[in-house]
Amino acid sequence: MKNNVEVKNISFSYGKTEILKDLSLDIREGEFMVLLGPSGCGKTTLLNCIAGLLDLTDGQIWIEDDNVTWKEPKDRHIGMVFQSYALYPSMTVEKNLSFGLRMMGTAKNLINEKIKKAANLLQINELLKRKPSQLSGGQRQRVAIGRALVRDAKVFLFDEPLSNLDAKLRAELRYEIKKLHRDLSNTMIYVTHDQIEAMTLADRISVMKDGLIQQLDTPKQIYNKPANLFVAGFIGSPSMNFLNAKFDKSNQNIIVRKKQIDISKYENINNLMNDQEVVFGIRPENINIEQNENSIQCKVELVEPMGADTLVWTSVEGNPISIRLEGSSNFNLNDEISISFDINKSSIFDSKSEERI
Amino acid sequence: MSAIPSGPRPKHLTIGRIGMYCFILTCALFFLMPLYVMIITSLKDMDEIRAANILNLPKELSFYSWPKAWSQACTGFVCEGLKPGFFNSIKITVPSVIVSVGLSAINGYALAFWRFKGAYFFFGLCMFGAFIPYQVMVYPLLKIEDALGIYSTLPGIILVHTIFGMPILTLIFRNFYTSLPIDLFKAARIDGGNFIKIFLYVIIPMSAPITIVAVILQVTGIWNDFLLGLVFAGRDNQPMTVQLNNIVQVDYGVAEYNVDMSATILTSLVPLFVYFISGRWFVRGIAAGAIKG
Repeated sequence: MKNNVEVKNISFSYGKTEILKDLSLDIREGEFMVLLGPSGCGKTTLLNCIAGLLDLTDGQIWIEDDNVTWKEPKDRHIGMVFQSYALYPSMTVEKNLSFGLRMMGTAKNLINEKIKKAANLLQINELLKRKPSQLSGGQRQRVAIGRALVRDAKVFLFDEPLSNLDAKLRAELRYEIKKLHRDLSNTMIYVTHDQIEAMTLADRISVMKDGLIQQLDTPKQIYNKPANLFVAGFIGSPSMNFLNAKFDKSNQNIIVRKKQIDISKYENINNLMNDQEVVFGIRPENINIEQNENSIQCKVELVEPMGADTLVWTSVEGNPISIRLEGSSNFNLNDEISISFDINKSSIFDSKSEERI
Repeated sequence: MSAIPSGPRPKHLTIGRIGMYCFILTCALFFLMPLYVMIITSLKDMDEIRAANILNLPKELSFYSWPKAWSQACTGFVCEGLKPGFFNSIKITVPSVIVSVGLSAINGYALAFWRFKGAYFFFGLCMFGAFIPYQVMVYPLLKIEDALGIYSTLPGIILVHTIFGMPILTLIFRNFYTSLPIDLFKAARIDGGNFIKIFLYVIIPMSAPITIVAVILQVTGIWNDFLLGLVFAGRDNQPMTVQLNNIVQVDYGVAEYNVDMSATILTSLVPLFVYFISGRWFVRGIAAGAIKG
């Protein structure tokens, strides 16, 4: 598949602080790429670099086989949607939508046609004559998306577009952005710190931290096979449970203080060395309540019913462990339970390098 | 449990509040007193003024001092009243305000959004410029204007006012613009705006409150200026303040206090009017940008 946007070895420094370090990223044509990471990881900086709003310290940016590294934002064929909506407050919705086209000197009837199309797509026909101050948050973000749409951009950039909206609206607009991508199949680059948005929207996610890409893969892979401890801890809510342990090659167990866990079913067990210090990671839904030769006895310490499922908290050798169970399950405080781990679905990391084994 | 909350309902009129009102009232009276004296004195004739009851209301209203101050009072050897000064002040103020506010808005916009190399240095320079007392610069500036051949001309005095207004106005505009969301500017750049287009179509429509503040500052500042007008305007372009001074400072003949008072009130009418119609905007503009940032 052809690459639509290529980020080649870019660096960006703000004064003496290096925010992006020799970062490369290829985004395929029609792909929905999500840049995900905690605040300060450089994801928004990367997006601004792609948009041309920040000048690179080093490296190149290519959009559709065109080296746009030094091009003005307006000449990069991009549309951008901001967290703060960034609608021009003095213009009506219609003028907001048409501003870019007017700046380019597009013919009037063509402008009207495009506005009509975008307004229909986003169901903002009734709002065209209003000022941004007369719109709700959700409506404003629709208009902001519309403003990107009318420009016939080759690439759409989204900078945390849903972060200012309440939970319900966020889910609604998320759905619509996904639908929009399905219908338009443009390349989209989407920055967020919300992992639900990342998981639901992305074709591929690139998880970032400290200006570096930690893992670039499909949501499924990132969730099931996190490349390192950071990704494992960042993705998933409630987050993955971690146990510090030591590998015992003789019986293929890991030892968590006094408890032994048989990990002979782990896919890459051959890569483990005897006495290696590891972090054993298991997602709450991959822990079962059942009695077998491998199960561990523990006590229920806290129950969090969440409707569709119930989260049961317990601990193994002093490490808190959460278990995701069906919503109908019934547990009380201090109930004795035996839990067993689904080793197939677990992740094991080296303690020092924090890389997945 | 009782449906009535315990304790007395908080009183709205407390002793502290009464004290505050008294203080405000006293302040208001203190500042209004001179105005009161000026107005009643301007409405008395000279005989009554000589009777020296400065606070008494006039026994008989006489309005003759007003037209005299406007068009007959003598400033030096010419006896045309303040009228020429009024029009001179307008000729000086209007272009100075337009040019200085316009340029400062562009400067502030460039400083806030287009972070060019040395922007911080320039910003510091403006800060510095805004706080230098301008007496220091009068003589060098005079020599420069003389060399340029615009000393003692209308363009000369306009240039001086424009230059002196710009540092502080640039700071005010810059602070206001940095308080605007930067995303707006980014969106405009993606939408195809260049330096001028973004300024014209996106920034200016949002600048009303701060522009009003800047205009008020400049109008009152330039209108009330005495020193620069005296030094740079030249004999033909003397602003109203300089002429007022000439009327009030009589070296011979009788000091006509009622005419002096009328002339003073006439001179201060423009800034007074500007404050009255724009007070609301002034406060809003200050709150929106001048202090914040």
